[in-house]
This record gives sequence, structure tokens and C-alpha cells, in this order.
Amino acid sequence: MLIFTLRKLNLFLFTMLLLTVLSFSLSFLFPGEQLSNLTGHVNISPSEQVSLANEYAHERNIVWQYFAYLGHILHGELGLSMTNQTNITDEILRLLPATIELSLFAFIIATVIGIPLGFVAAIRHQKPADHAILAFAMIGYSIPVFWLGLLAILTFSIQLGWLPSGGQISLLYEIERPTGFMLVDILLSDSPYKWQALQNNFAHMILPALVIAAAPATVFIRLARTAMLEVLQTSYIKAARAKGLSFTQIVLRHAIRNALIKVVQHIGLQFANLVTLAMITEVIFNWPGIGRWLIESIYQRDYTAIQSGLLVLSSFIFLVHIITDYTYAALNPLARGAKYGSR
Amino acid sequence: MARDKIYQEEEFPSPLTQLWLVFRHTPLILIGLSAFAFLIILAIFSPILAPHSSVESNVAMAMLPPAWDDNGNVSYLLGTDDLGRDMLSRLMHGTSLTFGLSFIVVIFALMIGVFIGALSALTQGIKSSFLSHFLDVILSIPSLLLAIIIVAILGPGLSNTLWAVVMVLIPQFVHITRNAVKEEFAKDYVMASKLDGASSLRILHYSVLPNIIEKIISQATLAQSAAILDIAALGFLGLGAPIPLPEWGAMLASGFDLFYIAPWTVYLPGLAILFSVVATNLVGEGLRHAIKQRVQN
Repeated sequence: MLIFTLRKLNLFLFTMLLLTVLSFSLSFLFPGEQLSNLTGHVNISPSEQVSLANEYAHERNIVWQYFAYLGHILHGELGLSMTNQTNITDEILRLLPATIELSLFAFIIATVIGIPLGFVAAIRHQKPADHAILAFAMIGYSIPVFWLGLLAILTFSIQLGWLPSGGQISLLYEIERPTGFMLVDILLSDSPYKWQALQNNFAHMILPALVIAAAPATVFIRLARTAMLEVLQTSYIKAARAKGLSFTQIVLRHAIRNALIKVVQHIGLQFANLVTLAMITEVIFNWPGIGRWLIESIYQRDYTAIQSGLLVLSSFIFLVHIITDYTYAALNPLARGAKYGSR
Repeated sequence: MARDKIYQEEEFPSPLTQLWLVFRHTPLILIGLSAFAFLIILAIFSPILAPHSSVESNVAMAMLPPAWDDNGNVSYLLGTDDLGRDMLSRLMHGTSLTFGLSFIVVIFALMIGVFIGALSALTQGIKSSFLSHFLDVILSIPSLLLAIIIVAILGPGLSNTLWAVVMVLIPQFVHITRNAVKEEFAKDYVMASKLDGASSLRILHYSVLPNIIEKIISQATLAQSAAILDIAALGFLGLGAPIPLPEWGAMLASGFDLFYIAPWTVYLPGLAILFSVVATNLVGEGLRHAIKQRVQN
């Protein structure tokens, strides 16, 4: 396990390095002055120009420039937003928790719905239930997320009036934001309307989370179904049957555990897809997260914001990948061998 | 005892013929395939088939509901939008933009990706390791974010969006080709050709590529459904096709404001996207089914 950890750490550092190279090179590729793309300072006066150029090693060769940039990132300085000259690090720290909350909630919904359905489909292989679940999966996988979001708003917010159509929480509730995570903040706050606020927050979150979860859930259905079918054909299942266990016992005691391992292996890879969906959904549902902020920065040509947004979102996704890899290795001793991570 | 075969010689159908043999026996996949063919025909001939122009506005006929509604008009079968443009014609023209362009985009990405992937499968050592890590990084970036960044570099517009989607799709093709070629190279028949003295490139061309073509096409269908969704999503966000063009995502975005008064301007483009993606996915499903059957035999 130690070697596995070291190898993962190595991979993580390498990836972070590549990501920073990518975001550094973006400042050259974006239109406009490279220095102002990198720092976000617009309309630089000559004296500022000198001090900035000095700070970012602009007179020296490109390798030194990159290391100067890396140094700034390690100090948590991502530059200023080109549109309103606010500090991007603060903006991201304010917005990222909302996205993390929404996407993790959607992720949980997708796993809780998708995996059991996939197992049911595999157990009822080639029967009506299987076909129905597969057809549902096909449609859920093909539906464009922005359309689904609009339909959800039309049905549940406008026609039925059950759920709010946008935002994170009703403005009536004044919640202090020490951590940025709404749920945590509500629980920490000493407001007398704590539970109402919590309910309100859930009501705002459930619709966008369901919209985001639709496509990943269908992928999980397929993954779980394939994994379960494979497991049911193995010889240890036959042995269990020969021992005289009933089918329910076999599924509950042996098949589900072994199939889950295989599902966990691939589950993390869906996270990048899920974040993409979350970005669009945030725009539709007016969710104050990093996806909406990024798309707005594109409209405003805020290159510094785009560059930092890429860095932060990708590292978040990569972190989730590593966590799932870890969970997989912890669950399955076979995966800790040399093969994994070195390929 | 009856003999099944008169001749000793056994006949093996080519991979593509085998594919068709499987396809013929699965009705659902045939439906998907015909829907796919229908969309391709529509994409090519939409200027001839469409009853009205896609951009010409007729304010007198604005916001007509579909023909089955009481206020509908038969000459505008699916109704009109806020500028009186015929929805049916716009949807038909949109087929060549959203569906047709996504097809072209996938072909571009496939050619570039398979080329790089096949060559990289033949390299070894640090170059190969670097490439695979680099691909992992690219694949861990959400596709839409990557497309948005490329659009930010190139500037908004339809052609720039298409290049962005091509570049987003390439790594997937590189990845799948690389793994498939490596897998094939480990097999015995490749060893036999190697012992015959064939060069790697020759083996790649004559032995390996014909055997992995199905996997690549199956990836291409996945890529196309992603491409349709990405082009439409970028159009919806206003970064892709400019407003007058009848791209499905952009149509949806312009119907967004009329959602409550003229819901068909939102329902119809969405249904069109859903239909084309389902058709593509059904074809892909058939391919994967066929591959599985072939491996089992």
C-alpha cells in the first residue's frame, strides 16, 4: 500500500505540473498582452509594468517565467479578474464550495439510483425489467442536459410550483459563511430558523442535482449491469450454488460485493463528465457556483479567470479520481499490484 | 452421416460483413440505423426538402402553434417562432448544422486520433509513458471546459467551435486506438507475421487495423453523440453558431425567452437533439453487441 501511495502521489504531482504548464501556456495563446493575461492587471502604468515584470521574471527566459508563475500559484495568488479587478483566489474560494456541494450531491444521487437499478437489470437479464431499465438508460444518456433542465423548471417550478427555479437559498435567511459550504454553514450558524433554512436549501438543490445526476446515473446503470453479469458467470458463484445457497443469498452475500468493486473502479472517471453537466446546469438554475462564473468570464473575455478556473476545476476532478482509485485499492487487494497507476 | 461442408475450405466473412449479419437480426438496431440514415439524408438534402427558408421572417405569421393546435396553420406544420420563421424548415436546416457537422467533426477527429494513437502504440519507454500521462490529464479536464477554453483562444463562432470539438475528441480516439493496437500486437497472429519478417507498419496496416476497425467505429458513435451534445451546448450558451443560424442548441436558447408563451420553440429543438443522439447511440449499441458476439464465437 505504501508503494501504491507513493506512485499515486508521484502521478498527482506530475499531473499538477502538467496542468500548470497548460494554464501557463494559455496566457500566451489568449489574445492580448501575455503579462496582463497572466496577472489580470489591465491598463498597466509603466512603473507597475516594471514591478510586475520583475515579479513574474518577465525579462528572463521562459523557464524562469514559468517558475515565477508556479511560485505565485503555490502562494495561492491566481491574479486579478480582468473585468472587475477582484482577487480571483477569493472569488474561487467563495464559488467552488457551491459547485462541490452540488456535484457531490448529484454524484450521490446518481450512485444511489444507478447502481441498484443496474444490479436489478443484471439479475433480471433478458427479461422485461432489464429491457425497461436499458431503454430508460438510453434515453437518460441521450437527453441534452440544458433541455432537461428547462423541462424540469417548466414542470416542477412553474406548472406544479413545488420547487424553486433558481438560486442556492432564499434571500430571507441570513447565514454567515465561514466555510463557504452552505450545508455546513447552516448547521454551524446559530440562527433560530436553522431547520427552515436547511429545508429551503435542500429544496433549491434537489432539482439541479437531479438534472445533473440523470446522465451519470444511466452510465452507472450500465456499469453495474455489466459488472453484475460478469460476476454471476464466475465459478465461485457456481460453487455457491452447488453448496445449496438460494439465488437471493448468492446475490446478497457474494455477487453484490464483488460487482461493487468493479463499479467503483470506473465510477471516478464519470466525475469529469458530471462537472461538465454541472457547469451548464448552474447557468440554467442560476446556481452561484464556479461553472456559471467561468461561462460568464468567457462572455467578458476574462482570460485570467478562465485560466485559473481551468486549473482549479481540473485539480478538483483529478483529486476525486485519486480518491476513487484509493477506495478501489483499499477494497480490492489485487489492484495494489504493480500494474495499476504505472501504465 | 451427412456432411455439412463439401469443401475443406472454410469461409470467414470480413469484419464488416459479420457486422451486417449481426445487425440484420436485431430489429431495434435496424431502427436506429435507419433513423441514422434518415438524418444523414436530411442533412444533405435539407435545402431542397425544406418547405420554407430557415432565416426569412414573416412577422404576420409569428408564433403560430403547431398545425394540430386549433390556431395552427397547415402550411406551417410545426408552428413558427417569434419572427415567423417556420419551425419545421429550421429544424431540417438545423440537421445539416448540428448533426451533419458533428459527423464531419467526428471523421476529422477519428483520422487524426487514430493516426497518432497507432503511431504512439509503436513507441515505447519514456515517450510512451509521457504521452499516456499527458492524455490522462487531458481526459480529466471536462470536455465542455476544454472546448470553452479553445473557443476563448480562437474567439466565438461556428467554425471555431467545430475545431474546439475536434480537439476535444482527439484524445479519446488516441486512447482507444493505442490500447486496441497494443492488445492486438500481443496476439499470436501478429507474432506469426513478425516471424515472416513483416515490418511494424505493415502489420499495422494489413493485420491490426482491419481487426480493430469496429472498436474505432464504436468509439466514433460515442464521440458523435458527445459531439452533437457539445455543439448544441455551445450553441445554447451562445458561444457556437451565431443567432440567425438554425443550429438546434442556438434555437433552444432563442426559444428560452418564449418558453411560457410558445413552448414548442423549446420542445421541438430538444426533441430533435434527443432523436439524433438516440439514433447514434442505438447504432453504437449494435456495434458493441456485434463485437461481443464475435469475440464469443
